[in-house]
Amino acid sequence: MEVISVSVDSHFVHKMWNDHELVKMVDGGVPFHMASDQAGNLGRAYGVWDENQGIEMRGRFIIDPDGIIQAMEVMTPPVGRKLAETLRQIQAFQHVRKTKGAEATPAGWEPGQETLKPGPGLVGKVWEVWKPSMEK
Amino acid sequence: MAEQPKGCARVTGTVAGGEAPQEQQPTEGQVAKKEAKMTARVGAKAPEFTAPAYYKGEFTSVNLADYAGKWLMLCFYPGDFTFV
Repeated sequence: MEVISVSVDSHFVHKMWNDHELVKMVDGGVPFHMASDQAGNLGRAYGVWDENQGIEMRGRFIIDPDGIIQAMEVMTPPVGRKLAETLRQIQAFQHVRKTKGAEATPAGWEPGQETLKPGPGLVGKVWEVWKPSMEK
Repeated sequence: MAEQPKGCARVTGTVAGGEAPQEQQPTEGQVAKKEAKMTARVGAKAPEFTAPAYYKGEFTSVNLADYAGKWLMLCFYPGDFTFV
């Protein structure tokens, strides 16, 4: 899986931030492209641009190999993301893609758990294969 | 070929098919507003873009089209050197 990060900071500031703070958090520094969106064009196109403050909100998009957005999560700045949830979602979308939609992942699904096989036979019978307590 | 921003140039990211915001003549009591065009939708193709970037010690550029065939996590955030 690839990653691109985007903020309004210039590429110069990205370099300084990486070289002075991020290398202390991540061995070897940031391993992906840190993009610069000073004019907010990317932010506007993705609906995360805060017009009043001139910054990007905390938006995260999962894009599949065909370039289709499969998921988005946008939050106001004070609250951080949970990476484990993003990774869980990516694994779920990858599983669905691999099965060409024959399987779907139920609420709370984690890799290794049972998936659902949507079809007429499952109508009204989901309770037989999935229980809310399955979500950890 | 990744383009390098030259010298002090402050190139910024551009979105494919994006137009420059239309200048509106302010009418009485109104402030001219820029058109905000959100084109990204879940289930639809991600808007293509090109933007300057910093990558492993190099100034380069990043292009969404280069990621075709791969899973991509695109993360926006308010600012470097901020807290969360």
